[in-house]
Amino acid sequence: MTTTPPVLQGPTAKEKKYDRQLRLWAASGQAALEDAHLLLINSGPGVIGVEALKNLVLPGMGHFTILDSAVVEEKDLGVNFFLDEQSLGKSRAQETCKSLQELNPDVQVDFNSQTASKFLSKPDALQPFSIILVASPLESKLLSQLSEHCDSSGVPLFYMHSVGFYVHFSIQLPHAFPIVDTHPDPVTTTDLRLLKPWPYLIEYAQNKTKGLDAMDHHDHGHVPYLLLLLHYLGDWQKSHDGKSPANYQEKNEFKKLVNSAMRRNNPEGGEENYEQAVAAVLKNLNEPTPNSSVKGVFQAEECANLSAQSANFWVIAHAISTFYTKNGVLPLPGAVPDMKARSSDYIELQNVYKSKARQDIAEVFKEVQSLEIKLGRTKQIESSEVEAFCKNAAHIKLIRGSPLHISAASTTLDWSDKASSAAMLLTDETSHFLLYVAFLAYDKLYDEKQIAPGIEAIKEDATIMTKYANSIIGDLLSQAGKKSSEDVEKAKTRVGKLCAELARAGGGELHNISSLGGGLIAQEVIKVVTKQYVPVDNICLFDGINSTSSVLRL
Amino acid sequence: MAVGAVSNGIESDVNRWQYLNRFLTTPGPFTDDEATLGDEIIQRISSMKILVIGAGGLGCELLKNLALSGFKDIHVIDMDTIDVSNLNRQFLFRQADVGRHKAEVAAEFVEKRVKGVKITPYCGKIQDKDEDYYMQFGLVICGLDSVEARRWINAMLVGMVDGDNPDSLKPLIDGGTEGFKGQSKVILPTMTSCIECQLDMHAPREAVPLCTLATIPRQPQHCIEWAHIIAWEEERKDITLDTDDPEHITWLFQKALARAQEFNIQGVTYSMTQGVVKNIIPAIASTNAIIAASSCNEALKLASSTNPGLGMPGSNNYMMYSGDEGIYTYTFEHLKKDDCPVCGNLAKKIEVNSNITLRELIENLAERPEARQLKKPTIRTEAKSLYYQAPPSLEEQTRPNLDKKLTDLVSDGEEIAVSDPAYHQIQFRFKLLFRS
Repeated sequence: MTTTPPVLQGPTAKEKKYDRQLRLWAASGQAALEDAHLLLINSGPGVIGVEALKNLVLPGMGHFTILDSAVVEEKDLGVNFFLDEQSLGKSRAQETCKSLQELNPDVQVDFNSQTASKFLSKPDALQPFSIILVASPLESKLLSQLSEHCDSSGVPLFYMHSVGFYVHFSIQLPHAFPIVDTHPDPVTTTDLRLLKPWPYLIEYAQNKTKGLDAMDHHDHGHVPYLLLLLHYLGDWQKSHDGKSPANYQEKNEFKKLVNSAMRRNNPEGGEENYEQAVAAVLKNLNEPTPNSSVKGVFQAEECANLSAQSANFWVIAHAISTFYTKNGVLPLPGAVPDMKARSSDYIELQNVYKSKARQDIAEVFKEVQSLEIKLGRTKQIESSEVEAFCKNAAHIKLIRGSPLHISAASTTLDWSDKASSAAMLLTDETSHFLLYVAFLAYDKLYDEKQIAPGIEAIKEDATIMTKYANSIIGDLLSQAGKKSSEDVEKAKTRVGKLCAELARAGGGELHNISSLGGGLIAQEVIKVVTKQYVPVDNICLFDGINSTSSVLRL
Repeated sequence: MAVGAVSNGIESDVNRWQYLNRFLTTPGPFTDDEATLGDEIIQRISSMKILVIGAGGLGCELLKNLALSGFKDIHVIDMDTIDVSNLNRQFLFRQADVGRHKAEVAAEFVEKRVKGVKITPYCGKIQDKDEDYYMQFGLVICGLDSVEARRWINAMLVGMVDGDNPDSLKPLIDGGTEGFKGQSKVILPTMTSCIECQLDMHAPREAVPLCTLATIPRQPQHCIEWAHIIAWEEERKDITLDTDDPEHITWLFQKALARAQEFNIQGVTYSMTQGVVKNIIPAIASTNAIIAASSCNEALKLASSTNPGLGMPGSNNYMMYSGDEGIYTYTFEHLKKDDCPVCGNLAKKIEVNSNITLRELIENLAERPEARQLKKPTIRTEAKSLYYQAPPSLEEQTRPNLDKKLTDLVSDGEEIAVSDPAYHQIQFRFKLLFRS
């Protein structure tokens, strides 16, 4: 074949520099990062936030503003890599800004040396920012103000601690945070519709496996396993009242049936396509039922009650929900895994799936368009957006953001509808919930004294924090309508140790742990900003003593 | 604040390191009762020689973290030079450094930023160095992207352990990342599970059979592999393929594209060509930060006893991390294997067909995950030499064995020892069990 290769457009300078990350979040993710403007409200030793920023400046997030009123002191140099001796006595915001800017000329890093309370007293101060990170400690009053702003404006808010060997952060996401591009594990995404084949697929498979027994060894060994399974499913159904293998036992019997049909009298003594068919039975012979997360989206109020202002996500979700009601299945994703086959047979089979997928997309798109007219929407949804949604319809996620828990000197925490699930965690040692309680006690003591626990007196502060932690536990139990137990009393002793370890830090950060925490937070920021992969919902704890972590949904 | 006079204690130093020194001088509720924190520990860390292998994504982070964790005598090995695609995460390098040696630039940068730390770079291969060199360190931390290099240093450190000399046991801390995922682990050579014991944790990507590439390609990757393995060999045999040369990648891309068009296969791109040919693993700053910090955290705990860490026999030594969906870590004890070819004392049992030839056995070994990359093996039994790669006289003498059947060479259940120049110290021991 004589084709002249097209003129090669080699990668651009930007594609070269960002190659290793574009393979994770593609150009669309990169564009979202470049559009973002992040505010870091820094305090304390201020390392975790700066380390997070390092990991976001490098991949080219667009714009940063560092708010930090501290002046660089000697102790900063032992823990913050982005300061050096020349920085002593200067604005920490300005100095870290300078070092971070050096990492990537493509991004814009600004600074502001005001105190948080001065900065926040200005109306509209937060208006430019699309995402906000707050390093503890911060007065509870200001944290509440930030939480309220973010709640009403839909801006994601991160609140983080790095104290000694422990890290905590909470993410306050908007009330509805839907994700289409969740990047599920490829192993879990194969959807071949073997148990719900559409009519053309059945016809195609019957055609291709006609005279299977008469085929020569070469042909027989190259029938794609997908068609083999459809063929033997037909045989099975004939002897099982038209039903397919439904449970584990039946699937195993079906496996045996396929295995017994493999030719062993050929030179290889077996057939790879049959082996693949056998291996695929338990994995791929499943009803394509939407999971609870997808059903949750369909049942959401935003999906049911569309308006002209609804986000595109909800309009498409509504159209797909209509498609599902009508067809009993989600739109076909259309991808076919690699399998032993001749090239042309495989491509043909791929096209059977692809054209069905295109047909499904067209049906959904038509529904989207009719919804747009009905709702009087002015801006039309692109077919590419509908296509991307349809391809990952079985793996979409909806996160319901909830406000931060703000632990203040004078108020009692309200666990609202999460009280009983939180109370259950008290006795679950692996959950790190007690570490979270210790952090809440830490914030309460800070809010009362306006100085980080452990700076002045390790033991005394540990004792007060333990007292606070125990009263937080007591309040939680009463909100959950539960009584204390022997195990809860043990938890109270354990939380005392965690408080003592927090006090040991004296408000200090360990560079390592802040670097680790900065890595965790940067990953989450990237996921939130690009709306790809699945962010933490909503509290994360890392224990650097045991090298373990937990995510709590409270 | 009660941080006592530090032995090298000028006042600015006391101030500068006050956050860290609190943990090195004040025990906490989880600190081991036997631990004696204080100036002695601070001194021990600052004088401990520590080796970082790799100055890439993990290496840059490791050097920064160690320097800010009180380690003051750090050595770093890396043979690579800086490429523009490193700049999205290797934060010690700038555009102007492209082309320079990573180890050198990284060492200079961290020394300049953190006063009082000494970083000694070596721009070369770990294989250039011998036992005496590795013996000087108190601890070795790896930030590598190659399994071969990990296996080599692991075999070296296991081989160095001398029961009569406690200093010969060098803890090895190893980390790796891929995309949003990673893992870090602590190894006490000969005492706990080693890199070789853990090989099955890094399953190699399944190789596509050559006949698929040659006759029935179905995926864009098949066309790229065909261009890479077959077309280049046929058409450009005299030119050594350099995967960093854009002209070479362009040639492969165009070959692959033409083949894909011939078979109606969609999806061959330049970027995919590069990815397949160079076996590119996606890498980002944040994952490197997490894994390197976890490794360094273990180093600090191990060196100081400020808090218990991973790695002690009978406790957790391995942390797996995934950030794809939320954040998930799994921390567990990976068990030492008695039949580990490096640190175990039993031969690994493998089932073989007794009718295959020695040549086929060698090919078969190259495909086994536990023996993979044994490309030039030398094989012997207790009693006789089956096949020697070198010297030439021995090779010639043993060559006829290659086409003999196993039944004619060994008995059922007999042990063979396999060695390979790529792993100088490892001797793989297999017990051959004949399949009936």
